[in-house]
Amino acid sequence: MTTTPLIISLLAGAILSGTSLLYATLGETLVQRSGIVNLGLEGVLLVGASVGFALAAASGNAWLGLGAAALAGAATNLLFGWLVVTRKANQLASGLVMMFFGFGVSALVGAPYIGAVIAGLPKWRPSWLADLDWVKATTLFNYDILTWLAVPVALAVWWALFRTRWGLGVRAVGENPAVAYASGRDPARFQYVVLLLGGLLGGLAGAQLSLSLTLTWAEYMTAGRGFIAIALVIFSKWHPLRAIAGALLFGGAEALELQLEARGSLISPFVLQMSPYLFTIAVLLAWGGARRLAAPASLGRTFYGST
Amino acid sequence: MPPSTVLVEMRGVSKRYGAVQANDGVDFRLQGGEVHALLGENGAGKSTLSKILYGFVRPDSGQILLGGEPVRLDSPRDARSHGVGMVFQSFMLISALSVLENIELFLTDLPAVPDDEAVGTRIREFGERFGLSIDPGAPVRQLSIGDQQKVEILKLLLANARILIFDEPTRVLAPHEIDGLFRVFAALKAEGYAILFITHKLAEVMRCADRITVMRKGRIAGSYDARDVDVARLVTMMFGEPAAHAPRQEAERLLQTDTAPAILELRGAASRATGNEIALRKLDLRVGSREIVGVAGVSGSGQKELGDLVLGLRRLTMGVKRFCGDDASAWSIARMRENGLAFIPEDPLGMAAVAGMSVRENLVLGTGRLYHRGTGLDWPRLQSTMEKSFRALAFPMPALQAPMATLSGGNLQRVVIAREMAHQPRLILALYPTRGLDVRSAASVRDLLRRACAAGSGVLLISEDLEELAEMADRLLVLFQGAIVGEFRRGAWTAEQVGLLMTGARASASV
Amino acid sequence: MSEAVLGAVRRKSDAARATARFGAITAIALAVFAAVLLVAGKNPLQAYADTFRHTLASAYGFSELLVRMTPLLLAAVAVALPARLGLINVGGEGQLFMGAFTATAGAFLFPNAPAWLLLPFVVCMGFLGGALWGAIPALLRAANLVNETVTTLLLNYVAPLIVGYFVFGPWRTAENSAYPQSARYPEAALLPSFFGTRVHAGLLIALAALALYWLLMERTRWGLAMRAVGGNPEAARRLGIAVPLWIVAALAIGGGFAGLAGMSEAMGIAGRLRQSLSPGYGFTGFLIAWLAGGRPLGILFMAFLFAIITSAGDTLQISQGLPYAVVNILLATILFVVLARRTK
Repeated sequence: MTTTPLIISLLAGAILSGTSLLYATLGETLVQRSGIVNLGLEGVLLVGASVGFALAAASGNAWLGLGAAALAGAATNLLFGWLVVTRKANQLASGLVMMFFGFGVSALVGAPYIGAVIAGLPKWRPSWLADLDWVKATTLFNYDILTWLAVPVALAVWWALFRTRWGLGVRAVGENPAVAYASGRDPARFQYVVLLLGGLLGGLAGAQLSLSLTLTWAEYMTAGRGFIAIALVIFSKWHPLRAIAGALLFGGAEALELQLEARGSLISPFVLQMSPYLFTIAVLLAWGGARRLAAPASLGRTFYGST
Repeated sequence: MPPSTVLVEMRGVSKRYGAVQANDGVDFRLQGGEVHALLGENGAGKSTLSKILYGFVRPDSGQILLGGEPVRLDSPRDARSHGVGMVFQSFMLISALSVLENIELFLTDLPAVPDDEAVGTRIREFGERFGLSIDPGAPVRQLSIGDQQKVEILKLLLANARILIFDEPTRVLAPHEIDGLFRVFAALKAEGYAILFITHKLAEVMRCADRITVMRKGRIAGSYDARDVDVARLVTMMFGEPAAHAPRQEAERLLQTDTAPAILELRGAASRATGNEIALRKLDLRVGSREIVGVAGVSGSGQKELGDLVLGLRRLTMGVKRFCGDDASAWSIARMRENGLAFIPEDPLGMAAVAGMSVRENLVLGTGRLYHRGTGLDWPRLQSTMEKSFRALAFPMPALQAPMATLSGGNLQRVVIAREMAHQPRLILALYPTRGLDVRSAASVRDLLRRACAAGSGVLLISEDLEELAEMADRLLVLFQGAIVGEFRRGAWTAEQVGLLMTGARASASV
Repeated sequence: MSEAVLGAVRRKSDAARATARFGAITAIALAVFAAVLLVAGKNPLQAYADTFRHTLASAYGFSELLVRMTPLLLAAVAVALPARLGLINVGGEGQLFMGAFTATAGAFLFPNAPAWLLLPFVVCMGFLGGALWGAIPALLRAANLVNETVTTLLLNYVAPLIVGYFVFGPWRTAENSAYPQSARYPEAALLPSFFGTRVHAGLLIALAALALYWLLMERTRWGLAMRAVGGNPEAARRLGIAVPLWIVAALAIGGGFAGLAGMSEAMGIAGRLRQSLSPGYGFTGFLIAWLAGGRPLGILFMAFLFAIITSAGDTLQISQGLPYAVVNILLATILFVVLARRTK
């Protein structure tokens, strides 16, 4: 048996752990582009993972689980939206509330299914790729629909944000709701739509963990991925395509940590684990501070309407 | 469209805000192919009239006809659909987006997936036609203010506006940009657009306008063909007949002020501008003891920046600031205040007080180390000093524990003044100190400034009210676009002379 | 004179109204959570009764509430103090871990020192660790580089990893334990506990911190300056207050309090350093401070309430067979109702 080169196993690992990160990051990018910070992303992922797993286990159909996870994520975000858009509540506090909400709901939903076994989403590897030597022994290209679609979805999000009138509206709302309003747009409507879409993506991100990666449900199985995704949004400067690279990089850090551990390396996994966060702070500083930052200008602020 | 078509006709338009009659039976006509200047002092009603035309404000009475048809303009959207567009003083631009995106944002007839190429081509076409050339792909945050204004104009043109309202468009522009704007006006005029140019800068009006309408106190004071009127006439119409000056001071007093030791001295002081601010250019300024130096200027000539420079909030990029003989160029505000600077601003809750704190706490703010006692403050001593100060000013003392926010505007101002005057300041910086006050309160503020001056303080009084300056100032400086363009002794100036300088109609003068 | 009386009366009726309002909010939340439990096939009345029996109705239960309150109080002050300057500190969790970390370092540095020397030293180290962790975002903010919200949030995830590195590595106990943790602290570094319960001196530190917070803010000139910065930064600048200095000071002091929370959990409860030091006390502290509007008595009350709610989680787990985390639904529901009621 030949050992797989480090770089190949790293790539394979990066893709596996990067997929859910990418979906979560794309969802949060959309939401933040409209001027809303959702610190409750962790909760959305948990709700998606638990609801998806519960339905898949109960019905024996992973597809049903997938759909339910997306809808559950969207519903969670709409609840959040009601707080921050309609009730104009503080976004950070509301986000933390949704995080706790996600902890609770997912624990409740998942409890009966701890230890349950599911088949997971079907995987598919094109045969001409499967025959390659350096692919055979790895998980490379043996993916389910979520992984195969991750990059196309990122492209779609990019296209919608930067090539359509709707996306222009979303960005305008996130930058300056007063100007968006003056141009005849209703900021609240844009924010709700974006929260809905972001919730769908967040739900999928959670589902990827339980229905594809681990095939189990464990309490708090997201283990901070929601917050890494928030860091990733900043890291990728609120850009969906840079998020692909970011998710691979952050996923790669996670994969490297597992690989090093397996190979008995002396580099502590903790140093690797903190690198995404330190890296993000370094990037923030390198951009020369708040003013030149690519953050949507009205991020986190509440728009009280014109005049 | 042939020139000289009446595009806008407003008949008997009136608008009242509370006690203020902002527009009073205004009749106004705007023709295609003309640049029509709307002149007037602050509060003359120009703003209200233009907001009515843009659908921002609904008139109480009167009629508006666009292209001969009576219309109701309930919102800016209505106005835009009738071809009325407005370029505001603060631009409606999103700095993170590109020129193209900013323009597309305001085009209502675009498909769901806009053809950026086509829009970009139209932007270039319009740009070349009217002297508004700009790269559609450039991010707005990288554009100069002048280029940002071009984007605003292009936005209106691409949205098919024919009637363009410009609200003090030159206020933020550099001189060469102003030339550019007037060339744009000319090009637009030639194609039959109607341009309403709101301003109070006479020199510019004389350079570009075809027709001039002057507003005063909510009414039309006169409307002329630009060729039939001269500057002097316009100044008289804007500011009214020259105000009767306050009684002359005795000669010895005048003599005294000239030899009095300087409290504040600026020599070649300059500062940089960021954003919408005005750069200060080589200011020379001297405030002596027992002297009131007035600074006149139309709004946005650099008054706020001058105030911040004196305070120590803004750093000097060149020149020197001396305070009582010491080089204070690099002093912190705290040090300036410790050395006897008092600051009386226009809006106490904005710049000099904290609404959420009590009167007592506000009284101690900014007193530096004076009332420190251990970890806390010497409240009894503060109270007795402040009581004295309130008494000396003949102000009633409000309840010390009352939250500042519960006080009326006049009482707020009194608390700030009592605090600032409590420690015999050497220099009083008064920035529009009477704006927003009723007649009696304003008179009492002027009176206390005069008394402080008689007691040995120097006063730097920044104001836009020429009557106030005539009454108060021993010397008057005129500020225009960040530079001092005129200096007069008390009584040695007329409203007309100063008006010409304030509006940039004459280069400079000193007496 | 009469003015003072009037003021007192007004305050009293305000308090009564606030209590009534809060009662209504709690009732709504309890009803919603009861519905959730019913759907899950549990008996909510039984659960509530059990919770009451295990907390307020027994001396031991009550003492456990005090134990739970301790870190919550400190974490809430850590948020409330910077908030008075308009600063948003979502980094309590990280500051808490750093406090525990530096306190541990202190304890292991002088293992043979007597308690009267080591204990104060360890407490100071705990404060210092949190303060340093709070000062980093503060400096970046004061220099106008990066918003403190983002950096405090990100640093939350770095601190536990530093702790992780040490408890898995250099400090890992030589005892035969499968669980990664440090060795036990020297006896002299442990916070004394009282009356045979787990209530420890950390509670006194927390109450002192709360009192100190109030004193600092309301009774000192420094508090006055900080409140001025929070109330109107433009005016504060023009009145000669050194705004950047106070920003750094406030976030550092706040971080220090969070550090004390970490120190007291390590030195008062666990007796050693573990990576599972805090189940999100820093975040809960943010919500407590926010709900209490920064008022000291409000913080005290809210911390107590949150202690009861988390105790309810234990009850659910033991007597109803539900995961502990389910109680977060109750927590979220209360907060949800509060947030939805406010419009600002």
